[in-house]
Amino acid sequence: MSVLLLTALALAFGVFLGFVAIKFRVEGDPIVEKIDTLLPQTQCGQCGYPGCRPYAEAIASEEAEINQCPPGGEAGVQALAELLGKEPMPLNPDNGVAEEGPAMLALIDEETCIGCTKCVQICPVDAISGAPGFMHTVLDVYCTGCELCLPPLCPVDDCIIMVPVEANIRTWKWSNPEAVGAVL
Amino acid sequence: MNKLWRFNGGVKLSGFKSLSNAAGVKRPPLPKRLYLPLQQHIGAPAEALVEVGDKVYKGQLIAASSSFISAPVHASSSGTVVELKKHIIAHPSGIAEDCIVIETDGKDEWHSSISALSNPDALDLDELRSRISEAGVVGLGGAVFPSGAKLKPTRSIDTLVINGAECEPYITCDDRLMRTRPREIIRGLLLLRRLVNPTECIIAVEDNKPEAVQHLRRAIDELKSEGIGSVSTVRVVAVPTLFPAGGEKQLIKVLTGKAVPQRGLPYEVGVVCLNVGTTAAVYDAIYEGKPLISRLVTITGPNVKHAANYEVPIGTPVQHMLDIAGADDTGGGEQNRLIMGGPMMGHVLPNAQVPVVKATNCILVEPKADVVPTTAMPCIRCGSCADVCPMHLLPQQLYWHARGKAFDKLDHHNLADCIECGCCAVACPSKIPLVHYFRFAKTEKKEFDAKAIFADQSRVRMQIREARIAQRERELEERKAKRKADRLKKKKAKAAAAAASANASVDDQDQASNGVSV
Ligand code: SF4
Ligand code: SF4
Ligand code: SF4
Repeated sequence: MSVLLLTALALAFGVFLGFVAIKFRVEGDPIVEKIDTLLPQTQCGQCGYPGCRPYAEAIASEEAEINQCPPGGEAGVQALAELLGKEPMPLNPDNGVAEEGPAMLALIDEETCIGCTKCVQICPVDAISGAPGFMHTVLDVYCTGCELCLPPLCPVDDCIIMVPVEANIRTWKWSNPEAVGAVL
Repeated sequence: MNKLWRFNGGVKLSGFKSLSNAAGVKRPPLPKRLYLPLQQHIGAPAEALVEVGDKVYKGQLIAASSSFISAPVHASSSGTVVELKKHIIAHPSGIAEDCIVIETDGKDEWHSSISALSNPDALDLDELRSRISEAGVVGLGGAVFPSGAKLKPTRSIDTLVINGAECEPYITCDDRLMRTRPREIIRGLLLLRRLVNPTECIIAVEDNKPEAVQHLRRAIDELKSEGIGSVSTVRVVAVPTLFPAGGEKQLIKVLTGKAVPQRGLPYEVGVVCLNVGTTAAVYDAIYEGKPLISRLVTITGPNVKHAANYEVPIGTPVQHMLDIAGADDTGGGEQNRLIMGGPMMGHVLPNAQVPVVKATNCILVEPKADVVPTTAMPCIRCGSCADVCPMHLLPQQLYWHARGKAFDKLDHHNLADCIECGCCAVACPSKIPLVHYFRFAKTEKKEFDAKAIFADQSRVRMQIREARIAQRERELEERKAKRKADRLKKKKAKAAAAAASANASVDDQDQASNGVSV
């Protein structure tokens, strides 16, 4: 069933993406495209570039190393190394550390939000909605957890915080048998 | 005697069925509280229709189906809704999910809407189908797929298979059901027959249940003599006892010789397959107007005093059943390991507070002392696992790729087809917990795929945003340029005008001077 659902989703997305790809074509170098598909699209800028695609371009032009994306983690570095035929390397701590544990989403405190719209303007994936002077809300299905909207950008302390995504039976994962003692 | 086929692999297992199949079906006293999860089926969770404080009656709809693939929930006894909250459910995660909690009043009073239909055989097909869906009927063999969605096949059907194989060790609820309610099963089957219109109908039972076969055949003869002609299309077939003969695809292979394609569904080869319990639930829904609010559950284990099959209201806490079956004397959840389902395909329950749900066919109580910890040894590439795999998979390859989380290779080796039957793990001389690896790899892959879809979505949203910003900038630029151009034009015009007026004034002056001069 979930397979069906995923396939359907993937298909629907495929069609949508195809459409968008034509409409919003970014003049592209195929290797940049390939690198970009391996990046997590968090758009957080921790790599030192203003988004995943600029970082992909920088990797392609050998201006940046492949170990500058903390959200992608070691697995991301590994995938990039395989694609580019490079040696995998540990994440560069200057760019931050890979977060363990559940994914985090931004949450706006409706009480303290002053409606300044700063977060709306910075959010790279249009995940915040709200009009000037009114309370703002994060659309959590779109939030990538990039943290760009957090203070100091948001002028009110503790108005935007990061909260862990609540576990449910649909996203829960089985433990790794090796981690629970079935060691070989 | 009709020809039977063989499915690939499989294992012979000790049944331990006599522990629980000797006694007739027992009705336990009502528990004080019922915990009814909104999600007991594959698909979208149901939506609660009641509030705390509401009085509810047995059979009343309390949560509505929310999409085509979903199922409603009904109150399994009368009482008061005391809480709508997250309660731990029968899932290996031990995660609490939304439940409706009913405090029972002990009267077990039916809701006024529940009554037997006067002429069920006259129902038209759409009505029949929607009544089955509205009664919350889902596959009771373990898959809990909403049955209504299965009964609208998009091609013609040759064979309707009613699955009474019950191949897992220890479980005997279907055996007991076939012995107790054979007429209801067959009449339920005839309803399903109207819906899918097959050329033949088969009730399949493993040959370790001769009494069930006998009861079913006798019921067919009875119905025939009562003048129900359509029953002559129904055959009861005893299939060889070999685990997992009750797996949908395996059973279809054994009965028809047809192989359901990889990742495909039975209807693609002209077969619809439902469990015997589901078929009886269809009977109850149509002939008695009763929704699915209870089911037969085998409570069994070496130390369970009254191991038997119980007619358990959905939502009854497992602890309540352990107390009644006398499984608790040895310490219940503490000293025992509780498994929902059988030893092969079931999973360990987080504790005894979880409620019995529509999918609960068995609670197996294993003394923890009997559970010998095994240490896995390295894979010796013996290939025993592939020999027994009923899905034609290569468990050894899947195992290596699961360890390396090589998702593309797992896909290539059809991990999604693994039914987690456990044959490979049983056959493995190195005692590698193969099924655990496959369950682990499946959920890892699911997360990986979900992340990829999310990343694509984020990329697109970023591109749309950039395009919008670029557009706005372009417009701004254009407006600026236009303003500049306008200004320039105005300036020029002004300059021209000024020049013109200067000329004019010169002319004037000239004229004036001329005038003067004139
Ligand atoms: S809501 Fe905040 S954290 Fe989430 S994607 Fe937008 S800017 Fe990033
Ligand atoms: S658990 Fe999966 S891989 Fe193992 S035998 Fe069963 S279907 Fe095959
Ligand atoms: S049965 Fe076990 S040891 Fe043999 S090949 Fe399969 S995984 Fe390896």
